[in-house]
Amino acid sequence: MTLLAVNGLHKSFGGVVAARDVSFTVARGEMLAIIGPNGAGKSTVFNMVGGQLRPDRGQVLLDGQDITHASPQKRFRRGVGRTFQVAQTFLSMSAAENVQMALISCNRQSNGFWAPARERHRDKAVGLLSRVGMAEAADTPCSALAYGDVKRVELAIALAGQPKLLLMDEPTAGMAPRERAALMDLTGSIAEAQGIGVLFTEHDMDVVFGHAARVLVLLRGQIIAAGAPDEVRQDEQVKRAYLGDARALEPLRGGSPA
Amino acid sequence: MATTSAIRWRAPAWLALGAALALGAPATQAQQTPIKIGELNSYAQWAAFTVPYRNGWQMALDEINAKGGVLGRKIEIVSRDDGATTGSATRVADELVSREGVSLLFGSFLSNVGVAMADYANQKKIVYIAAEPLTDAVTMAQGNRYTFRVRPNNFMQVGMLVDQAKASGAKRWAIVAPNYEYGQSAASVFKRLIQERVPGAQIVTEQYPALGKIEAGATASAIEQAKPDGIFNVLFGPDLTQFVREGNTRGLFEDTTVLSLLTGEPEWLLPLKDEVPEGWTVTGYPWDEIKEPKHKAFIDAYRAKYNDTPRLGSLLGYMVMTMIRDSIERAGSTETDAIIKALEDAKFDTVIGPVTMRGIDNQSTMGAWVGKLVLKGAAGGMTGWTYKDGASFMPTEAEVKTVRKD
Amino acid sequence: MLALDPAFLAVQALSGLSSASSLFITACGLTIVFGVTRIVNFAHGSLYMIGAYTAATLVPRLLELSFGPVTFWAGILASAIIVGLIGVIIEVLLLRRIYGAPELFQLLATFGIVLVVQDLVVQVFGPQDILGPRAPGLRAPVEILGRRFPSYELVLIAAGPIVLGLVWLLLRKTRFGVLVRAATQDRDMVASLGVNQALLFTGTLFLGAFLAGLGGALQIPRVSANTGMDLSIIAEAFVVTVVGGMGSVPGAFLAALIIGQLQAFGILIFPKSTLVVVFLLMAVVLAIRPHGFFGRAEIVGGTHAVGIASRSPLPGRHFILLVVIAVLAAFPLVADAYLLKVATEILIFALFAFSLQLLIGVGGVVSFGHAAFFGLGAYGAALAVKWYGVSMEAALPLGLALAALGAGLVGAFVVRLSGIYLAMMTLAAAQILYAVAFQWVEVTGGDNGIVGVWPSSWASGPIPYYLLTAALTVVAVLLLKRIIDAPFGYSLRAARDSESRAEAIGLKVRQHRWLAFMIAGAAAGLAGGIYAFSRGSVDPSLLGISTSVDALTMLLLGGIQTMMGPLVGAAALHGLRDWIMPLTPLWRLLLGLSIIAMVLIFPRGLVGTVRDWWGART
Repeated sequence: MTLLAVNGLHKSFGGVVAARDVSFTVARGEMLAIIGPNGAGKSTVFNMVGGQLRPDRGQVLLDGQDITHASPQKRFRRGVGRTFQVAQTFLSMSAAENVQMALISCNRQSNGFWAPARERHRDKAVGLLSRVGMAEAADTPCSALAYGDVKRVELAIALAGQPKLLLMDEPTAGMAPRERAALMDLTGSIAEAQGIGVLFTEHDMDVVFGHAARVLVLLRGQIIAAGAPDEVRQDEQVKRAYLGDARALEPLRGGSPA
Repeated sequence: MATTSAIRWRAPAWLALGAALALGAPATQAQQTPIKIGELNSYAQWAAFTVPYRNGWQMALDEINAKGGVLGRKIEIVSRDDGATTGSATRVADELVSREGVSLLFGSFLSNVGVAMADYANQKKIVYIAAEPLTDAVTMAQGNRYTFRVRPNNFMQVGMLVDQAKASGAKRWAIVAPNYEYGQSAASVFKRLIQERVPGAQIVTEQYPALGKIEAGATASAIEQAKPDGIFNVLFGPDLTQFVREGNTRGLFEDTTVLSLLTGEPEWLLPLKDEVPEGWTVTGYPWDEIKEPKHKAFIDAYRAKYNDTPRLGSLLGYMVMTMIRDSIERAGSTETDAIIKALEDAKFDTVIGPVTMRGIDNQSTMGAWVGKLVLKGAAGGMTGWTYKDGASFMPTEAEVKTVRKD
Repeated sequence: MLALDPAFLAVQALSGLSSASSLFITACGLTIVFGVTRIVNFAHGSLYMIGAYTAATLVPRLLELSFGPVTFWAGILASAIIVGLIGVIIEVLLLRRIYGAPELFQLLATFGIVLVVQDLVVQVFGPQDILGPRAPGLRAPVEILGRRFPSYELVLIAAGPIVLGLVWLLLRKTRFGVLVRAATQDRDMVASLGVNQALLFTGTLFLGAFLAGLGGALQIPRVSANTGMDLSIIAEAFVVTVVGGMGSVPGAFLAALIIGQLQAFGILIFPKSTLVVVFLLMAVVLAIRPHGFFGRAEIVGGTHAVGIASRSPLPGRHFILLVVIAVLAAFPLVADAYLLKVATEILIFALFAFSLQLLIGVGGVVSFGHAAFFGLGAYGAALAVKWYGVSMEAALPLGLALAALGAGLVGAFVVRLSGIYLAMMTLAAAQILYAVAFQWVEVTGGDNGIVGVWPSSWASGPIPYYLLTAALTVVAVLLLKRIIDAPFGYSLRAARDSESRAEAIGLKVRQHRWLAFMIAGAAAGLAGGIYAFSRGSVDPSLLGISTSVDALTMLLLGGIQTMMGPLVGAAALHGLRDWIMPLTPLWRLLLGLSIIAMVLIFPRGLVGTVRDWWGART
């Protein structure tokens, strides 16, 4: 069942076309990866889905509802959660408060003037943190956490909004290789359990081919291939796009890609 | 029982001490506590006027204390910068009154500060003698029994100038004045007096540049555009210097009668150097041509002490200080009410001659020197001047009564 | 009708051009320095003033040796070079230590220089204004359509484009210029090129200061060097650089041209509101183009948010609060009238600074014009007394309401901006209000202010007024603290920590910031109203830059990362000022040096330092 439908998205920046007629769908519980060389337009597409960029043409439908021109805030309320390439958390707050903040917003209490924030939704926040394995760090300030842990907290924040769709921009960037697989396994299991569709971009091909159900390849703003990881890997156009780094498309062979 | 005896025991001692004080026997103790007087002025912002003014009162203070002070006590002046804003001045005044415990206040430069100080004096019931502020409001609309002024106010000085304007025949008048209390007050007095006293006179343009922020070229140009045959100027300080230079360059003052308040005072004349606009009719202070022995003696003493030209501020500082001394002496105490009584309608023998503090508006009869500007060597001075006694230019008693609220 | 005279229009336009030229030369230096160092240099106006004083002192001496145009212009150039060297000293001693610091600290540190220079100029050059000599050979006017026009102004008109051309050549044709441009576009790139950054920055500061000095030195035949020059030119130069786009030299030129004409003709249409017109232009331009004519979003570095973080509640805080209230209430038993006056003022400033903490420490919104709301509160109360004769009890809420309204209006503009543009816009807003209060004489009394704003009789003594102030301050601070701890305050902090994360969890960042502006404005307005009644008068200086800087200094002194910092900072600064100011005429020098020292060696402030020390002990 289609959760996200992207139809004919187009965006150019002063003559340079960054996205050309991009269309794809994400189903509930599905993990879809967008890959492509640098400058292929991954971030542009991603930000148009996330609401940070307005497309010139095309549509973004979530559960059949048009959200093409909705602000990031509105998308959040419609059920879009996201994580950022460089993890974005509230560094002046504890891990629990970060998640509580998302819950407060979710319950439309962010204009509350009286009852202290730290007492609101505390249990639920700790519950979410324990799902990403961070319950023990609930009262640790985010600024004192290791980067991998911050990424987990970010995931918990995104989950606090009870998203239908999770957007993850380079979810494992900056993490140690072992942590990467763990984070994506965790994401996959949560997505499956709750029927959340996950759209992510990724540089690490191990992560892509190890976790995505389907892969979308962008080149110069256009989709040149789409399908199951194995199909995509065999695609001639894709191979050419990754010319000189063909081995990047090789399946997992242990160790980290140098 | 013990209590009563204690009181009985104490009472005579207290009485004895009081008697001794009254007889002046233990004068040593009295001399140890000088009379504190609060002084505040814009020493940082308006140093051109206020520093010579401070020299003036300092000189008088030294003389007074050298002669043993007043009422057997030395005078101590606690001097502060008033910050040149109304809020800052009243705050400083409050510090002088509540922390330093001064008996009276004098000073301030800008007219708006003077008005605020008058209001403060009224509120806190302490005597304030305005030094430089010239706006009529200090002794008229905002006047009160606690506020006094020694200098001739705008009404008096403008009146002296307007009398000179009659002869010139100028009818189309332009006004240029700084846009704050002093300039506004002088301009409105001028508008009133020129129309009362010069038949057919009209105002063709009014320019009010912000104090210290004149766009001299544009202002001169705008006045030129109105084609006046007379200009009434209230600018002073840096504004004046720039305006004169622009006006000279553009020929604004040629074939034009110019009346200018205070421009003959050395504090404003000296910075103009050789660019003095000759022929302006001004109020000022021709110190170099003063001949009266007593006044001359003051000028010589001042020049000897400070090796500097006396400004009008110097004279004023000196006069105010000596008048305060006289008032305290006549009051016999430093109580506010006694000092007010000693000031009201009192005659003072000053270096420029007798001056009376008119009781109805607390304005003194000190006059001003009126003459024309002329270049003397490398700097400007006054020529053809006369001293106009303030008494004949003061607002009438009826006028004072209708305007003053007390 | 008058304006139709073509000769008059021509002369007026030429006057505008010559002001524009002078303004451009100065603003050009400011914008180049910003482009490379990303520091908005408040002291640029001080360099301009030093240039004017130096030239007004130096040139006459040179002319005595040898009278002639060559001497004159050599003297002007020499003055500019001297100022350039002073710029180098400032860079080496101060600026290079704060390139990485948060914007707020940079602004404050350079404002510290302004204060230091103000006192030093008086010490070095004396308190008198100095009128420089006229340029030899340019004393006679020229005739333009039958009107005389100063020939020196024509030289000034030419000077602007000449400087623009030379700067253009310098930036295009020299290696230094290439590096300056590269750094303006992308600072990291220069770092990766392996360029000697220190040398580049020092050179840039020399150039910037040289231009400021040149701008000042060129003024001496038309304006006497005076101590107010620094702040009046810096306000205009800010407008020029912001309108033109920070870092853009052509933008500065265009903006200077527009502003010059606006002033020249504005004086005809609004003779008393020239200041307002200039700042309104800036507000309009920023509303339409948030980065000015040629500015770009990316050159404004990320907002360096520093502010308060979550802390676990202090054990026994209720007890501490009770003790504080008891001490405040009992203070009149031991204090004399004057101490009470000082304590009253400290409480007022504490509330003022604390309201700013809601914006800066909590919201990360670096407002450089918080005096606007303090002043609005004071004026609102005073105007209500003056025009409607209302009592203090009614005037205080009216002042508060006016401040909240003003903050709502300013906030609506400002929340669209970020970083340095936001700081500049808040500064501009305060300056607009300052100009209105200063020039709308009929209503506000202009420079005269409004007097006779005394409290109702029940509150008029020092003790009742102190108690009233204490009660209002305590209640307001507790309310604000409650708000900071509530979801609203957390939302502000969230937006400060990460705007994109805040948006991604559905927080309406602008709306929250706008509301924060109004709350902070209301609290500052309350402080302003109480202040008006404690002094009995209001005047435009309440809305001035130095009032804003006072509040920022209190924040910095107390510790920007602590909730209670501003309160302690207010007490420390005001207490210190009350103690030192009567003792020395060099108060500004001391204050300036303390601000710089705080930024450099004490950035956590009093409360922050004590807390860290306590934390390390336990």
